[in-house]
Amino acid sequence: MNFWETFYKNKLVLTGSGLVLLLLLISLLAPWLAPFDPGQIDLTNVLASPSMNHLFGTDPLGRDVLSRMIWGARISLKVGFVATGVAIIIGTILGALAGYYGGWVDSVIMRFVDIMLCFPTFFLILAVIAFLQPSIWNIMIIIGLTGWMGVTRLVRADFISLRERDFVQAARAIGAGDLRIIFLHILPNAMASILVAATLGIAGAILTESALSFLGIGVQPPTPSWGNILTAGYSYIDIAWWLSLYPGLAILITVVGYNLLGEGIRDSLDPRLKK
Amino acid sequence: MLKYIGKRILFMIPLLLGITIICFFVMHLAPGSPTDLQTQMNPKASAQMKERLQTLYELDKPIHVQYWSWLKKISHGNLGISFSSDHRPVTAKIMERLPITIMIEFLSLLIIIAIAIPLGVLSAVHQNSLFDKIAGVFVFIGFAIPTFWLALLLMIFFGIQLGWLPISGLRSLNYEYLTPWAQFVDLTKHLILPLFISSFGGLAGLSRYMRANMLEVIRQDYIMTARAKGMSERDVIYKHALRNALLPAITILGLSIPGLIGGSVIFETIFAIPGMGQLFYMVVMARDYPTVMGILLIGAILTLLGNLIADVAYALADPRIRIS
Repeated sequence: MNFWETFYKNKLVLTGSGLVLLLLLISLLAPWLAPFDPGQIDLTNVLASPSMNHLFGTDPLGRDVLSRMIWGARISLKVGFVATGVAIIIGTILGALAGYYGGWVDSVIMRFVDIMLCFPTFFLILAVIAFLQPSIWNIMIIIGLTGWMGVTRLVRADFISLRERDFVQAARAIGAGDLRIIFLHILPNAMASILVAATLGIAGAILTESALSFLGIGVQPPTPSWGNILTAGYSYIDIAWWLSLYPGLAILITVVGYNLLGEGIRDSLDPRLKK
Repeated sequence: MLKYIGKRILFMIPLLLGITIICFFVMHLAPGSPTDLQTQMNPKASAQMKERLQTLYELDKPIHVQYWSWLKKISHGNLGISFSSDHRPVTAKIMERLPITIMIEFLSLLIIIAIAIPLGVLSAVHQNSLFDKIAGVFVFIGFAIPTFWLALLLMIFFGIQLGWLPISGLRSLNYEYLTPWAQFVDLTKHLILPLFISSFGGLAGLSRYMRANMLEVIRQDYIMTARAKGMSERDVIYKHALRNALLPAITILGLSIPGLIGGSVIFETIFAIPGMGQLFYMVVMARDYPTVMGILLIGAILTLLGNLIADVAYALADPRIRIS
């Protein structure tokens, strides 16, 4: 069976890609989908419970929660993609170098990976962001800078198994340089596992961003993000359940979507991994 | 065995140095200074006063000099004095909170082991059964759910709607006046939600891992041999397969410790538990360098110790590791 056949046959994967597509559409069409301006304050209508007018209720400043969530989808998407992009770039380069050259290059890089892995990463992220000014760019980069270790390991393993193959020897024989071999010959063969890691990484980055925003050191108000709507949910936990319920549900659905898609791609690319 | 442990401990030292160097440099190279919070808010603060503060905290020296003097202090077990207004030693500040965090992490680990292992094993043994499918959904949601959101939902449901459980702190206000038994009940009630939340994330990972492992082991030749010689299915699974599937899970438990410690910031902040995670959140906000460094160091040591214990346990359980 080829990739697309396996892909279409798996209902869970279709669900996953459907969810991801839906979220992409929502973020793209946010200005037209949102029933209200996400920043429009209405002090006469604060903490209103869900109604026909405000489907998901209003927040402590009377802003429409549904509209803020629709705009928040953009933030999640941005953070997910940029943070994962940073992690993938670092992880791929380091993993490729370690796997291709081996020897001391490999030792140095893998010891560095060990150090980063046995570290309560969330502590480090928290410390760095609080010392920098919390902003969306800072958190995207920090999440990326602390999330590349898994990718490095994957890419390294792929490179080790590929570097002695015939096509690499052939490339070497016709005089291709190391960089050319790494990026044009071996890397395309490692794209499958990188793609899976990227999809799962987006889910992880979105979760981390929401936790940071919830703690007040992620995306800063008035920019709406699912995490910072939940902060209001926590403050008004005894009177406004809708502030807690809906944004979290959005995070859950998004993460489920990316996870399903990632696992589906993995199963479709490599049937051996299917359990 | 002692030689193995000794080697592992020696290996921890460069790792620990690496971690502290990264933390120290990252934090000190970040823009903004801890004196900003004390001077910017205060209109009377002059440039000279800011300079004096900088000198007091040794912030005017080059960064490698600062790191060296920090390292020298650490070697005497001195983590320095907190920058916050109480000016207490960092060691004292951390030590009064550390036991609470360790107790919760330890109990969470026990809960994770007690639930995740049977869950994973049963799913594997009854692969594709209804139980396996339900467990699969549970695991999948466990991976995707933001635990702080789950905490909010449980607080709303059990704490506010039903009023069964308290939602903040570790003790009720009248704790001092309760009988020892009532005190125990009170503490347990306060711990239920935090423990549930802190173990939830780890549950999914370990049970999924156990399931995959068990499936792998069941397909091995020696399991077929055991069946062929007429052993009961029960003995095959629980005597031969389970032991071999359990081994690698030890390492996974060791690797889950950074996540548990990192998670403590979130659930301790949400449930207002006076542990190390909550302290970390507060000192990070106040830019209290010595305390931040102290907690990062303790966190790293706890993680390395956890890994060490996991590795030693693995070596004890599996003779093949010791030989190589």
